[in-house]
Amino acid sequence: MVLWDAAEKKVIASVWAKVDIEADGFQALLRTLHVYPWTKRYFSHFGAMSTLKDIESNPKVRAHGRKVMAAVGDAISHMDNIKGHLSQLSQLHSDKLHVDPANFELLGNNIVIVLAAKFGADAFTPEVQATFQKLVAVISSALTREYH
Amino acid sequence: MVNLEAAEKQTITSFWASVDPAAQGENALQRLLYCYPWSRRYFAKFGDLSTISAIRKNSHVRAHGHKVLSAVGDCIGHLGDIKGHLAQLSKLHCETLHVDPANFCLLGKNITICMASHFGVTFTPEVQATFEKLVTTVAAALSSEYH
Repeated sequence: MVLWDAAEKKVIASVWAKVDIEADGFQALLRTLHVYPWTKRYFSHFGAMSTLKDIESNPKVRAHGRKVMAAVGDAISHMDNIKGHLSQLSQLHSDKLHVDPANFELLGNNIVIVLAAKFGADAFTPEVQATFQKLVAVISSALTREYH
Repeated sequence: MVNLEAAEKQTITSFWASVDPAAQGENALQRLLYCYPWSRRYFAKFGDLSTISAIRKNSHVRAHGHKVLSAVGDCIGHLGDIKGHLAQLSKLHCETLHVDPANFCLLGKNITICMASHFGVTFTPEVQATFEKLVTTVAAALSSEYH
């Protein structure tokens, strides 16, 4: 069971209030697809993604980035039981989407990088970084939980 | 051996011209020591690293961060043979410093986050991809003489 102290909850709420679900979600997904090209295998139905320009202009990437970031936001609204909240999504990723769970960590890393770039070094301090790394690790772990 | 295309070499070289190894080296090391507390075990001689305030005030952290990030920057001048260039440093980390090589990847990750936080939109996906290739290669080269 994951415990969050008051300081961590406050950091997450204040950062998330400024997140642009569409723009930041898009950036996180496009960086994942570009920096870790094997992840494109999960999105062959998105069409052209062979160059960075293709990825950037692909409307399905934008839509999916938004969907993923919105799901992160939902998980934040259920912070006291992220594992339970993501149980169905975990089954989906295992049973239907067949996603290697190592990829959840890669996307999580890119969410942290996008937030670091957005907020800058003065606001995205080591303490804020640690809290967000905990959040994405908890989400990755929850998404992996129903794998079999 | 890492293969960086001409465009990637150009990207990383011109990006690095804006990097401040002292300030950003310190910031990256602070992030590592705070977010991955076990990494402090390697720096007992630095004194107090028990809180983020202590880490921020610690002059050894600044000096060492500078040293490490400068060494990463030096590798840009040896892109054709980072492994050879870092062979001695790899032996040092194995035989004298006894550093678990997993920590090289963690530091690489924190250097990347530090760069993103300092450079914002300038830390584009192309820069990120090339940069991550560099830090991954440095981590692998530092592990290469381990036995």
